[in-house]
Amino acid sequence: MNSPLLELKQISVSFEGFLALRDLDLVLNQGDLRAVIGPNGAGKTTFLDVITGKVVPTKGDVIFKDKSLLGQEEFRIARKGIGRKFQSPRIFENLSVQENLALSVSRPKTPFSLLIKSLKVNHLDQIQHLMSIVNLQSKANIRAGALSHGQKQWLEIAMLVGQDPDLLLVDEPVAGLTDEETDLTADLLKSLAGDHTVLVIDHDMEFIRRLDCPVSVLHQGHVLKEGSMSDIQKDPLVIEVYLGKSEEDEE
Amino acid sequence: MSIFSTKKSWINLTIWVLIIALIIAAPSVLPVFRLNLLGRYLSLAIVALGVDLIWGFTGMLSLGQGIFFALGGYCAAMFLQLNSSGGFPNGIPEFFGLYGVENLPFFWEPFKSSIFTLISIWFLPAIIAGLLGYLVFRNRIKGVYFSILTQAALLVFFNFFNGQQKLINGTNGLKTDVTQLFGQMVGSEIMQRWFFWISAILVILAWFFARWIVRDRFGNILIGIRDDEARVRFTGYNPVIFKTIIFSIAGGLAGISGALYTVQSGIVSPQFMTVPFSIEMVIWVAVGGRGTLLGAILGAVLINYAKSLVSEALPASWMFIQGGLFILVVTALPEGVLGWIRKGGPKKLLFLIGINKKLETYPSLEVNEQGEVKS
Repeated sequence: MNSPLLELKQISVSFEGFLALRDLDLVLNQGDLRAVIGPNGAGKTTFLDVITGKVVPTKGDVIFKDKSLLGQEEFRIARKGIGRKFQSPRIFENLSVQENLALSVSRPKTPFSLLIKSLKVNHLDQIQHLMSIVNLQSKANIRAGALSHGQKQWLEIAMLVGQDPDLLLVDEPVAGLTDEETDLTADLLKSLAGDHTVLVIDHDMEFIRRLDCPVSVLHQGHVLKEGSMSDIQKDPLVIEVYLGKSEEDEE
Repeated sequence: MSIFSTKKSWINLTIWVLIIALIIAAPSVLPVFRLNLLGRYLSLAIVALGVDLIWGFTGMLSLGQGIFFALGGYCAAMFLQLNSSGGFPNGIPEFFGLYGVENLPFFWEPFKSSIFTLISIWFLPAIIAGLLGYLVFRNRIKGVYFSILTQAALLVFFNFFNGQQKLINGTNGLKTDVTQLFGQMVGSEIMQRWFFWISAILVILAWFFARWIVRDRFGNILIGIRDDEARVRFTGYNPVIFKTIIFSIAGGLAGISGALYTVQSGIVSPQFMTVPFSIEMVIWVAVGGRGTLLGAILGAVLINYAKSLVSEALPASWMFIQGGLFILVVTALPEGVLGWIRKGGPKKLLFLIGINKKLETYPSLEVNEQGEVKS
């Protein structure tokens, strides 16, 4: 693949005069694992909103597989192969784990097909496979709302993978998880990269370090610096706006 | 719906046996007046099923189902009026003469056909609901705004029908009880017995249909839309289409319900499109149990039966009782009566009154080393 999978060109988003993103450029290639960090209010979530069609940028363009995503509805962008995990787990709490995954792997996603046809055998296998990845086989028929916080996060990641997306956008997957769960999540995301392109947003420096991937630092709506975690940590500008303080806190 | 196991099907089965027994026994036990009332309430259960689909499952509280209910009723009444207007001047329904109308308005023409009428009873409300729904859902109008909008639409329809004497007899409505069908008077005992049977069978069919819709992934998407519409969208589904379809289905059910209600009550009038009546439909479902389907049927039949019994004994007190019932359900039984039963409510109640004999195994009792129950 020569052309990048996702390209953000000079994206600006203005909310009534407040620039949430300004001239943001970002390129992701097929199979990349990329982390995005940044202080609160740096525009991390807005940036995902732009890719997934929830927010229309004031300026700039989003190119995915050589085509612009601007002006497309969220469900169409999702069908093109972009899956998104929200900051707090967003799953269907009143459905069982299996039913949640069934909705994610179903194809085509039309009312007629959902009503008339039963789930294909390969989709049933896929559901079993997804549950084994995130260790939820024993919970298959449990109401998703009854899962622990960590299990909900994983179920949402599994639902994302079930959509078979080319690009996974993962917003703070380890918020509220135990250390052990955080490590497992990092391993899970690393194993997904390669087959998929994964973009992770998080605050947790230990977690990002464990991902061992290129990092983009977002500050006041644009990319301040891109590089490996160790490069980033040495950069005086980054230390000034972000890392300096949290480094001292942590170590 | 795999979460609930055999217990739910046990309760369902019991209730179904009771309902079927009631339906079979009713015609020989009840006097025709009571039978007719039961038939009406069974037909109201069909509109309640629709309300349960859009509100209980999909989370859209429509306060305008009276529109579709009345449309179904008008379709049936127009056919019956035309069917028995041979002896009147110009061969058109009698009321037209009062306003000096000599020619049948154009939209009455197709209702001379019984087949067109049978289709339009459900198809016309479904199409109108679909169009209205699509415009609303496409603009992402949800929650309380949706409710207000449906109620506003109801008022528009009410005022239109109320004011059109020359088209559909305005506020007087269209009478059906003195019209003819198959050479019989529609209001006659034999016809009313038939309508009872038709209502009973259609309620059961409507239940099967609704059950079929929600039984699998389609129903799960509806629940998903209710709980987290954004997640549905980001999973690759277009909620607008699903909401339009289900709103249209609910409209169609309301139309069937309205037609059956009209032929059993003997008249259709703009009173079917008043605000309180559409709100009552929601109350039936809330009391019976949202998202249970069977609860909607029980709610519609039992509340209306209670209404007629209470109104006969204590006129004018029903509104207070209904209001109180609604408040009781919202505060004490948020999942409705059926939801409460399914969640083991009766057992807990028995425990509260002290009848439950399994007291010693109650899990939250804490016992100290001496074996005494901590207070």
